[in-house]
Amino acid sequence: MTSTSAGNDARAEILGRVRSALRAVEPTPEPVLAPTTARTLGDAAAVDLFDERVADYRAVVERCTAGDLAARVGAALARHDATRAVVVPPGLAAALGVEESALAAAVPGAVADHDPGTGAHLTPYDLDRADAVVTAATLGIAETGTIVLDHGPGQGRRALTLVPDVHVCVVRTDQVVRDVPDAVTRLDPNRPLTWISGPSATSDIELDRVEGVHGPRTLHVLLVG
Amino acid sequence: MTGTFVGMPAFPSAAREALADTQLRHNLAHATGVIRGKRSRLVEEVDADVAGGGAGWEELRLAGAAVKQRALDALASHLEQLEASLTAAGATVHWARDAAEANAVVASVAKAHGADEVVKVKSMVTAEIGLNEALAEEGIAAWETDLAELIVQLGDDLPSHILVPAIHRNRAEIREIFLRKMAAVGRPAPADLTDEPAVLAAAAREHLREKFLRAKVGVSGANFAVADTGTLVVVESEGNGRMCLTLPEVLVSVVGIEKVVPTFAELDPLLRLLPRSSTGERMNPYTSTWSGVTPDDGPQEVHVVLLDNGRSRALADDTGRQALRCIRCSACLNVCPVYERTGGHAYGSVYPGPIGAILNPLLQGTGDEQTDSLPYASSLCGACFEACPVRIDIPEVLVHLRSKVVDSHRGDRVPKPEALAMKGAAWSFADASRLGLVERAAGFSGPFLKRLRRTPLPGAAAWADARDLPVPPKESFRAWWARTDGGRR
Amino acid sequence: MRVALSVTCINDTMFPGTGQAVVRLLRRLGVDVEFPAAQTCCGQPMVNTGYLDEAVPAVRSYVDAFAGYDAIVTPSGSCAGSARHQHALVGRRASEKGLDRSLEADLADAPPTYELTELIVDVLGVTDVGAYFPHAVTYHPTCHSLRMLGVGDRPLRLLREVRGLRLRELPAAEQCCGFGGTFAVKNSDTSVAMGADKVRHVRSTGAEVLVAGDNSCLMHLGGMLDRQRSGVRVMHLAEVLAATEDAPAEVVR
Ligand code: SF4
Repeated sequence: MTSTSAGNDARAEILGRVRSALRAVEPTPEPVLAPTTARTLGDAAAVDLFDERVADYRAVVERCTAGDLAARVGAALARHDATRAVVVPPGLAAALGVEESALAAAVPGAVADHDPGTGAHLTPYDLDRADAVVTAATLGIAETGTIVLDHGPGQGRRALTLVPDVHVCVVRTDQVVRDVPDAVTRLDPNRPLTWISGPSATSDIELDRVEGVHGPRTLHVLLVG
Repeated sequence: MTGTFVGMPAFPSAAREALADTQLRHNLAHATGVIRGKRSRLVEEVDADVAGGGAGWEELRLAGAAVKQRALDALASHLEQLEASLTAAGATVHWARDAAEANAVVASVAKAHGADEVVKVKSMVTAEIGLNEALAEEGIAAWETDLAELIVQLGDDLPSHILVPAIHRNRAEIREIFLRKMAAVGRPAPADLTDEPAVLAAAAREHLREKFLRAKVGVSGANFAVADTGTLVVVESEGNGRMCLTLPEVLVSVVGIEKVVPTFAELDPLLRLLPRSSTGERMNPYTSTWSGVTPDDGPQEVHVVLLDNGRSRALADDTGRQALRCIRCSACLNVCPVYERTGGHAYGSVYPGPIGAILNPLLQGTGDEQTDSLPYASSLCGACFEACPVRIDIPEVLVHLRSKVVDSHRGDRVPKPEALAMKGAAWSFADASRLGLVERAAGFSGPFLKRLRRTPLPGAAAWADARDLPVPPKESFRAWWARTDGGRR
Repeated sequence: MRVALSVTCINDTMFPGTGQAVVRLLRRLGVDVEFPAAQTCCGQPMVNTGYLDEAVPAVRSYVDAFAGYDAIVTPSGSCAGSARHQHALVGRRASEKGLDRSLEADLADAPPTYELTELIVDVLGVTDVGAYFPHAVTYHPTCHSLRMLGVGDRPLRLLREVRGLRLRELPAAEQCCGFGGTFAVKNSDTSVAMGADKVRHVRSTGAEVLVAGDNSCLMHLGGMLDRQRSGVRVMHLAEVLAATEDAPAEVVR
């Protein structure tokens, strides 16, 4: 779709009005750097804070070791009774650092998003029928208890972590940063990003928070390392 | 279909009606009280961090204000940069001078895909331009998917809050609306629906899911638009936003030109300020960012409509310009004593509360009775400025806009009684001897009170309706000082 | 230090007792405050209603009346706020429109305006002013004192030192009382609704006297308290602080 001539007129007119409105205003060329939380929070303290703050949103948070991980993924799915159809994004085993076979054993109901034979992806309806999704993450933000996905390998396209009702998300302790400014400098803005802070929720009824609307109603975080 | 605000009465009379609704006042006092408490606890948490080297809330506010001000101060070049980066990322950029142009773009995109419905993320700007009504005229249904917007849409109601458009409704009323209205537009509410918020939220989930899964076209606004990367940002809670942004094949985002943030890193203070100010959370459940089209992920056709609709007019106002920093957090509404008592409808606009009282006149200009009443809908108590995360000095802008309203009437052939009274005051305050004269003429004795009640001074009756007038003194201060030499005699 | 009293137009005409209390109190604290008779009004009623041109003569009279003093003290948070935050605006407009070309420059040379408690606590460094007031009191921090000036807890620190005074905490104290100048009549329904909540909170404290640093807010609240026959009296903070065992305050108004 190309811009219409009316659109071109609009563009010129808007930019013209904006320029004339700001004739006398001096621009600030340098980006504004917000103050960052300069406290000396050791890594362990950041991870503890992340753990606590994610749990504050009434997400499930469990710590485990790398060796344990595959089994703990299986246990998490079982705990939420979400074992029959579990969406598994491409590259998950590698991203989690577990053997393909160990993952397959832990997630017997695994459903791949992408069918290499037909080239097709799961439809929204397929995703709606799935019980759960298991993914890796890009980073975690301690201060706000936020997980960020950039939907790269092991995280899947955005719809995968949205439509199924249970999201089991694996975050490595070395992915935890302190606060939002640490996150924005590490993230790639050209990737689509999803920042997740707890299960879906609403404050729309009398401004009180209720967990569970359209996104996954259960968020289960496995903190590895 | 959601109603419109056309033909609303001026604030004082709309407020009188709202004040008489005790249920409304109860709902508002409860909801704003809850959110004020949550917000202030988080502000304290941020400030408590200062001891450990944290930033402190005021420093964050300064940074947030500076980022938005920097974006506005060179808005034209930031917009050009935004357009270039969006286009490079595969998006189609449209420009719209006004509501009609923006609505036409959305309708033509939907029609090009043969869509007779779109799913919508809650967005203030699409409410501002009346998109739903415009699409309905073209035979396209616009489904609101945010819970509060859904409540408003199903209830054939008007939004009354920026963040929670159905804040005027309590849980029992919401249950009633769901039971009566859901069936006509899709999956009915379960017959055993209770008024538990979790149960109501679950009913909304079931009702909207079929619409999300089949949607071809999604419509959104954006909280921020990053100029250097072409990244749009949507901040939300429920996941309805993610549904609309990811499942449809086509996405149209209507973005006010003031939403620009120069660089991606400068999102930082805003993402720290917004959720704490808005829902009183450290972070909202979901924030989505996307830059144009991502192959094999989400909509493969992405449109962005850059909308003026009065923003360049507001930008030209040196004092009012700061209002365009607004990130629509609604903190100013939640702390406003006027809003808390009248609710949002009295403001006659999708932008109610303190920000609405300045934004509407700035976007539309003065001259209309309803709009001109808005800058006066404030006691200038300053709670809004104190709460605003981007430090918009709302009281300053209110006073400035009052002067614009007054100035627009300076040429009137028959001046208002108030204008005459102010002229009289100006005369007597020019010179203390004149003021003394006025004081002596007033008498400072029994008849003064009676005369004040019958005075043509505007508002005397409005005052005396619920408030006794003070008993006037026998002698003014200046007369006392002169008589006693300041009490020394 | 030569300190001038800006008594404010409303205190001059309606509440002279407040001005007299300020004079007594400051003399007791060693400041022989003067009253320049040329003063009229700070211009706030006009500015806040949008009549900037009409505020020019008032601001001019303020500048002229107080020229040459070291400091101005006023028993009103909102008039102090007006002098500190609004006069520059009026001055700029007066210059731009040619209404009073030298006003802007003269304002730059004007002495600083202090709200009464700022002068006592910050300039004089006193919190115990030697007052005696044997009553149950609640204090409403008016908006302009609280938010425009940031007087903080200075008034409460002063009240806590008053002998015999029983201070009752006011619920939702920081909420506006609903006066707001011409707001009280332009939006009288909303103003009264706000005042009603404030009055309810005041009455819930069981205090005999409601104290504040602004008589305009007290006129509004006192008017409602009287209409309700509540028996709660309103008094300006200055009158409480001026009261002593030898010269007790009359709890009237
Ligand atoms: S004016 Fe400030 S407080 Fe009000 S909605 Fe906008 S950003 Fe929030």
